[in-house]
Amino acid sequence: MPTFVYMTRCDGCGHCVDICPSDIMHIDKVNRRAYNIEPDMCWECYSCVKACPQNAIDARGYADFAPLGHSVRVRREEEKGTISWRIKFRNGTEKNFLSPITTKPWGEYIPKLKDAAAPTKDMRDSQHLYSEPKYIRMDEGEVHTLESNGLKMKKGVYY
Amino acid sequence: MSPKTIVEDDIDILVAGAGLGGTGAAWEARFWGQDKKIVIAEKANIDRSGAVAQGLYAINCYMGTRWGENNPEDHVRYARIDLMGMVREDLLFDMARHVDSTVHQFEDWGLPIMKDPKTGQYLREGRWQIMIHGESYKPIVAEAAKKSADKVFNRICVTHLLLDDAKENRIAGAVGFNVRTGDYHVFKSKTVICGAGGASNIFKPRSVGEGAGRVWYAPWSSGSAYGLMINAGAKMTQMENRIVLARFKDGYGPVGAYFLHLKTYTQNGMGEEYESKWFPGLQEMVGKEYLDPEVSHRTHRPIPTCLRNHAMISEVNAGRGPIHMVTMKAFQDPHLEEVGWENFLGMTVGQAVLWAATDVDPKNENPELTTSEPYVMGSHATGCGGWASGPEDVSPPEYFWGYNRMMTIEGLFGAGDAVGGTPHAFSSGSFTEGRLAAKAACKYIDDGKANGIVVSEKQIEDRKKEIFAPMERYRTYRNEIVAGTVSPSYINPKQGLDRLQKLMDEYCGGVTVGYMTNEKLLNICLKKLKVMEEDLECLAAKDLHELLRAWELKHRHRTSECVTQHTLFRKETRWPGYYYRGDAMKLDDENWHVLTVSRRDPETGEYTMEKAPCYHLIGEEEENQAIAAE
Repeated sequence: MPTFVYMTRCDGCGHCVDICPSDIMHIDKVNRRAYNIEPDMCWECYSCVKACPQNAIDARGYADFAPLGHSVRVRREEEKGTISWRIKFRNGTEKNFLSPITTKPWGEYIPKLKDAAAPTKDMRDSQHLYSEPKYIRMDEGEVHTLESNGLKMKKGVYY
Repeated sequence: MSPKTIVEDDIDILVAGAGLGGTGAAWEARFWGQDKKIVIAEKANIDRSGAVAQGLYAINCYMGTRWGENNPEDHVRYARIDLMGMVREDLLFDMARHVDSTVHQFEDWGLPIMKDPKTGQYLREGRWQIMIHGESYKPIVAEAAKKSADKVFNRICVTHLLLDDAKENRIAGAVGFNVRTGDYHVFKSKTVICGAGGASNIFKPRSVGEGAGRVWYAPWSSGSAYGLMINAGAKMTQMENRIVLARFKDGYGPVGAYFLHLKTYTQNGMGEEYESKWFPGLQEMVGKEYLDPEVSHRTHRPIPTCLRNHAMISEVNAGRGPIHMVTMKAFQDPHLEEVGWENFLGMTVGQAVLWAATDVDPKNENPELTTSEPYVMGSHATGCGGWASGPEDVSPPEYFWGYNRMMTIEGLFGAGDAVGGTPHAFSSGSFTEGRLAAKAACKYIDDGKANGIVVSEKQIEDRKKEIFAPMERYRTYRNEIVAGTVSPSYINPKQGLDRLQKLMDEYCGGVTVGYMTNEKLLNICLKKLKVMEEDLECLAAKDLHELLRAWELKHRHRTSECVTQHTLFRKETRWPGYYYRGDAMKLDDENWHVLTVSRRDPETGEYTMEKAPCYHLIGEEEENQAIAAE
């Protein structure tokens, strides 16, 4: 469902232009508001809808297979860590859903690897990635190898 | 008025394209290269770019070794049988042995992973899949990449890789343009990790008009991973292995959770089970080694995805469509109903919109399924991509040349769709591949392999001219015509894309020909692609947005050419249900139990094709079976 923008709500802030993965939300030069310049390259990913501070963007199902008279609205609340959806069917049926989007304060639990203890030569020469082997099994177990798992690589068909 | 040139010099690691693979690379590179200069160039905004921009409701690659659920080799065997034997088992094993550490980190960072209330373990959707609330999956991993990178350049369309002018076949960076400002960007770098994407929209889509945007893979997946690497002369593998998806009709909403978690199933238009009746015929085509329903019934061994497609396609062709997903039973349970809807809202909102618009409530009626147009990518149930080195402790000599995930161009690494032969990596596996590539790239630099790189002014200036040529062409010829888009001197990117899709569809096994092709058709396809390449020199772009589309089209075109060359080379039907070689309708293990490898000579445009051996991971049990069989 390509997105469209309500004239009376959009203030031309450009958040949608900034986020659209397909580069199709542009500012109309006459109206100084955003619009979808290329509906057939719109994935209905809702990135712009979620980013709009004015709730000015909505989506209308693709004209070649979706009849009019429906809506899927969304509200993404970053501080609360939730996303809520309201689906309205053409026949009036309504469904509501609420999901978490994160379990932690934004970004705080992602370590800055520049400040991590520098990797030793042994680590560099090993098969370990950062935080391994600990994070593979959350115990002291080692990374799997062909040897540890009793495996060989053999050429040809073997089944 | 020449565009401004902006040079970013002395980069150690350039990440070209930051989806899940690229963000993984940028993140990990900082640990192994704490003093290195790490730069990201991304054509959109990394907070919402790549295939996961919209979010995901499941992580499809998680071993669960901490709970004794699977070992890496179990996943290798699964991917192997699903892809009819044709995978790089060294790369798959390597990805699988590290992927859990990636997922555990995601949980630390705040990604909501659902838990089984009884066991406290991650909630399984299937043997490999775990369920998540992944609306913010991409913003979370982007945050990690931003913490590690020195600079993030958003809205840079990377058009070409730079090659070293001092030493042959060595990478030296990349160039592109800023989609907003129109500046020309030069990134001089010791290594490049290609995290760009696979290709949607190279085969004509089933939908017309606006609906063409509702492709299964993102419309911004422009095959740039392949366009960039092929043009630089990197070897590619398994490019014939395009994928066709069985999905909810029109919206292409995912079916994984429906099959695995909701336990819904398919039936034909008459309400009958249809798959099994096609299996005997299929078994004749592919052999019992690849399809043995009895074994699949008893064990975890899957029926390969392509073969299930084949059953669906055949049933529809026999006049017993449409195929329905039987949801009415499962959706009576309010919890399962919620999962069914949230699954779409989390990753394919368009399917929810479509059902709302057409009053399809799966509680009251069973929705239709269909098979999609083909896609070219390397992280779902298919393994197109670059021919990459594996890890030193696993790979046999034919698969190893010094650095893990390094392509056949020195200093060029890949992750995600860029790496060939590694299907079923999905989001978590792609991120993990990025991490592996980053560690190896740091080692490559520390070993002094990137010393003395020279990039000539000529190379930089030539690329600049080439990149902006479509805008120049528009300025020159626009006033030849009164108005409109019909010109005798140029085509616009949309017109070019339409031509590409039509010829790939009709000659290379698209949906309108029932996924069928043969040697004659493929040769015509190559001829038409060659002529089209001449017309691509006459592409016109009226603004920067069209210039972006022009370069996406060039990458899609190069991808298509490579796909056609590979499809022509492999004279067998290895994946019935993905495509058929009408002149070789059987799987032929005697001649084609090999990986296909191509190289396009950047000077002449000629392709060289070769067969590479297919190695399999063998455990003791299989070893004994193999000996017994001999």
